[in-house]
Amino acid sequence: MMAFYVFAAIAVVASLLVIAQRNPIYSVLLLIASFGALSGLYVLLDAPFVAVIQIIVYAGAIMVLFLFVVMLLNAPHEDTDYDERVHPLLRPGPMRLGAVLAAALAVELWWALTRTGDSGRFPAGAVASVRAIGRSLFTDYAFPFEVTSILILVAMVGAVLLARREGRG
Amino acid sequence: MTPLLVAQIVLTLFVFFMLLNSAAVMVYVERKVAAFLQQRLGPYLVGPRGMLQPLADVVKLMFKEELRPRAADPLLFALAPIISATAAFAAFAVVPFGADTTLFGLLKEPLRLQVADVNVAILVIFAIASMGVYGIVLAGWSSNSKYSLLGGLRSSAQMISYELSYGTAIASVLLVANSMSLSDIVNRQAGAWFGVIPRWFFFLQPVGFLIFMTAGIAETNRAPFDFPEAEQELVAGYHTEYSSMSFAMFFLAEYINMVTVSAVATDLFLGGWHGPLLPESFGWIWFLLKVAALLFFYVWMRWTLPRYRYDQLMAFGWKVLLPLSVVNLLVTAAGVLYFGV
Repeated sequence: MMAFYVFAAIAVVASLLVIAQRNPIYSVLLLIASFGALSGLYVLLDAPFVAVIQIIVYAGAIMVLFLFVVMLLNAPHEDTDYDERVHPLLRPGPMRLGAVLAAALAVELWWALTRTGDSGRFPAGAVASVRAIGRSLFTDYAFPFEVTSILILVAMVGAVLLARREGRG
Repeated sequence: MTPLLVAQIVLTLFVFFMLLNSAAVMVYVERKVAAFLQQRLGPYLVGPRGMLQPLADVVKLMFKEELRPRAADPLLFALAPIISATAAFAAFAVVPFGADTTLFGLLKEPLRLQVADVNVAILVIFAIASMGVYGIVLAGWSSNSKYSLLGGLRSSAQMISYELSYGTAIASVLLVANSMSLSDIVNRQAGAWFGVIPRWFFFLQPVGFLIFMTAGIAETNRAPFDFPEAEQELVAGYHTEYSSMSFAMFFLAEYINMVTVSAVATDLFLGGWHGPLLPESFGWIWFLLKVAALLFFYVWMRWTLPRYRYDQLMAFGWKVLLPLSVVNLLVTAAGVLYFGV
């Protein structure tokens, strides 16, 4: 239980610091730390495969791309249209959007926490085996899985289309 | 403290020191082999046949002044070499290097010659390797120098491109072995076909082995894929601004990563500690010999092949290596389905 609180604390504090940072590079790094702590939580839940995939996909592949983009843009600080002394999150525009998102998140959290009773679908240890994950992914969850892959394909095609320069033979 | 626990702790420390030593030995081997290939003598002054040269190098590095550019980001500049070295050491923790042993009857229960036995070991290595790239990328960015930045960018682009083929090559082995635990994979390679050909996965996956080694060389930033530190273009790439021990840590990480890739290749393709003549308890000798052969191959490659052009590297990774590894995976999957290996 001790380990759970340590990992949970790291995840929450790192996530808070992500949005409190002015330097985007530090935000990216803190997000990686947060993902690492989440992966620790998966290990505690006896799901090492999910934990490792969390590191490989999120902390590894996706965040490297994030870092790549931030480095290429080389924006050491966020744009300062507003008063420098006011934190970016406390300015009028972001605050309204943030409030809506926070409300949505709170509702989702409440919804999720009130139905923690039915965790019977995966018996303990079933998530640990790669075989079990693969089997349920390609049988019971084949449709959502394929829809997700089409979504990613659409995103890729979209990115290529946006990156392609028009008017050059 | 049970004897097994004590043995585990000693084993962990032993692996740590052996990795440190392997880097020192590799520095010597690299310089000697390079000299041999170029018809020079190489280091010969310090100690017998220059064998103490790595020690002299370490002392020199330790007494050098630690420099930091004024415009550098102090925290990340200090953190980057630490990330690189830590990731390099951590990756080896899940690599098994010998059969279970009781240390000649010293222990009651057998000790597994592996620091941590994880049932998804191969993925753990993959995950830690993808963390190691942050050391290089952050070093490039935090130095606040154009050469370093370009080195860091090249490194991340190279990693992303070659990680795919690397992972696909590993996946084909996993299909054949039907397990993700490295010790299981090694144990499936015991014995021989027709009593002659060893049951190594190299013979089932020759293409996979080639892809794995090529991508491995690219992942460890070694020539002919050493673009992140291409000296003719980028001075020294991502570690241009580093000196003294922080430079030494990048150097250490590079050599330890080479050892890890070779050790993983040995476990995946070359039968790990299985070999003829020696009894099972001395299998680690076979393991060391195979790793040494692969490491020699690494050095041999570096001093034989010229560096590619950067666009050639990218084209090769995406247009040759990746399609080849996907085809290899499909053929392997079909074979496993048909023959039921």
